[in-house]
Amino acid sequence: MLQYTFQRLISLIFILLGVSVVVFAMVHFSPGDPIRILLGDDAEPAEVERLTKLYGLDQPAYVQYFRWLGRAVQGDFGTSLRQRQPVTKLITEKMGATVELAVASLLIAVLIGVPLGVISAVRRNTWVDFGSMFIALVGVSAPNFWIGLILLSYVALYVGWIPVFGRAEWSFVEALAAPFRGGGFGPLWDSLRYMLLPAVTLATSIMALITRLTRSSMLEVLSKDYVRTAKAKGQTPRLVVYRHALRNALLPVVTVIGVQFGSLLGGAIVVETVFAWPGVGMLIITSIRTRELLVVQGAVLMLAAIFALVNLLVDFSYSFLNPRIRYA
Amino acid sequence: MHSSAAAPVKSPNLTLKRIRRNPNVILGATLILGLVIVAAVAPLITPMDPLHQDIWERYAAPRGLMVDGQFNTTYVLGADELGRDVLSRLIMGTRVSLLVAFIATSISLVFGVMLGAIAGYVGGRVDNVIMRVMDVLLAMPGILLAIAIVATFGPNIVNVMLAIAIVRIPAMARVVRSEVLALKEEEFVEAGRALGLSSGRILVRHILVNSWAPALVIAALGMGTAIVAEASLSFLGLGTQPPQISWGRMLSVGREAIRSAPHVTLYPGIAITVTVLGFSLLGDGLRDVFDRRLGDA
Repeated sequence: MLQYTFQRLISLIFILLGVSVVVFAMVHFSPGDPIRILLGDDAEPAEVERLTKLYGLDQPAYVQYFRWLGRAVQGDFGTSLRQRQPVTKLITEKMGATVELAVASLLIAVLIGVPLGVISAVRRNTWVDFGSMFIALVGVSAPNFWIGLILLSYVALYVGWIPVFGRAEWSFVEALAAPFRGGGFGPLWDSLRYMLLPAVTLATSIMALITRLTRSSMLEVLSKDYVRTAKAKGQTPRLVVYRHALRNALLPVVTVIGVQFGSLLGGAIVVETVFAWPGVGMLIITSIRTRELLVVQGAVLMLAAIFALVNLLVDFSYSFLNPRIRYA
Repeated sequence: MHSSAAAPVKSPNLTLKRIRRNPNVILGATLILGLVIVAAVAPLITPMDPLHQDIWERYAAPRGLMVDGQFNTTYVLGADELGRDVLSRLIMGTRVSLLVAFIATSISLVFGVMLGAIAGYVGGRVDNVIMRVMDVLLAMPGILLAIAIVATFGPNIVNVMLAIAIVRIPAMARVVRSEVLALKEEEFVEAGRALGLSSGRILVRHILVNSWAPALVIAALGMGTAIVAEASLSFLGLGTQPPQISWGRMLSVGREAIRSAPHVTLYPGIAITVTVLGFSLLGDGLRDVFDRRLGDA
């Protein structure tokens, strides 16, 4: 296990190095001179030359790459030329909102998806089963952001207390702590109100996936001998389903939940723009529009690092969840 | 047992029978066939000119097929922000959405199969290098990678296809590689080698022809992913550009009037959902068919 952990960590470092090369190359080889984009077409040649030297853009590509990488591993992605702020600061400020959204979506997906899957499996071939499978099929097929737009047009505009755009003034963690600090439940309510639609939107496809997977996994487990034994010894159906079947059926579901958390980060990019949720996704899209590729570069690298780390943690968690899996 | 260097026998008739009996494949294929036909004859069946603007009909509500007891062909699904017919644009949009998905998937199929086959067959250092590059591409969420590529090289239809293709290559390469790894230990490959066939010939004529099934499944499922990816990119303003009509672009424009004219957003989304559903059903169905076939092969 120790050796496996070590190998995986080493390969993670190489993968992230690879990602950094890809990300750097993209920005480096993108058409257009960043200094000219910043200063405009009628800029003084002397000023262009001065800034080019200042940012080291006159050096060969590999020198620029290693300089950039050297700073990046120390958490310095440069300074946004337009916003005159460190890129790292811009990204970390937004990362909390994105992670908050992703975690909330995952919670919604699990809290609705698992029970729906269990009910479908237990009541196989009834209208409940067909209904939830139909919803799951649509959820998997429909683009998240479209569901978001539909929710916006048909729910948010008619239900007064759901805000249409943006995020509460405080983070969810701050809102959770507010009652203990004498701030009352107002911030928490506010935070939840703002989060509801974007989180549900982002949750739809994963919820659908979890529902389908829980159902098929439950169906398989329910036909096992130990379930029959449990029934035969006279246990109540509820106990059979929840204590014996569900526990065993959840392993593949947990696997998918872990793998999907990373893809939630990707999905968040589009969903954030629908709801003007001030996360990294919004930052990336606005930076692309203003051609601030340094910000895009840093944000993509950081998201990729989180994505790769989460996947690694998921891999490790298998062996804890299932003692039969042992990495030699 | 395979007595010659030829491909192992898997009855095509049996597979065809299973395909015909699988309701998912039938439903998926029917949906897609319908969409392909719509795309092919699109200019002939649009009730109005999809580019025709009429400022008086701006955001006109859907009128349906019957107006005052008469058959109606104008603004059946309403009009958009420039008074253009939503139904006609939806029909024309089928072309771009399907074309982008088809070309992107074809590129990923060609490169994915090539890289996966070489990695699996040659093995060793070549395998290591190819698969580590694939790992790097997989280390980024797909849509993020696609956005980064399009943002770098500029938003246009060609770059969108390339971006989606690049994102899909690793999944294809992985599947083909594992299939090739399994097949290269088979007896018919050994027989081929004993007969003195070249590596290239064995790989292409004997191994690849037997590993098309999983590649086809991944391609079918990938078509759905590509449709959503194109729509997402176009929605973000990074995909197809006017005057090209794509469903994602329609969604992007429609969101401006989400309050007053939700119909502009509703129908392109339904079109995307139905198309993705078709490809998912087809992909899932084919997987069932081939899994069973592989099971008793």
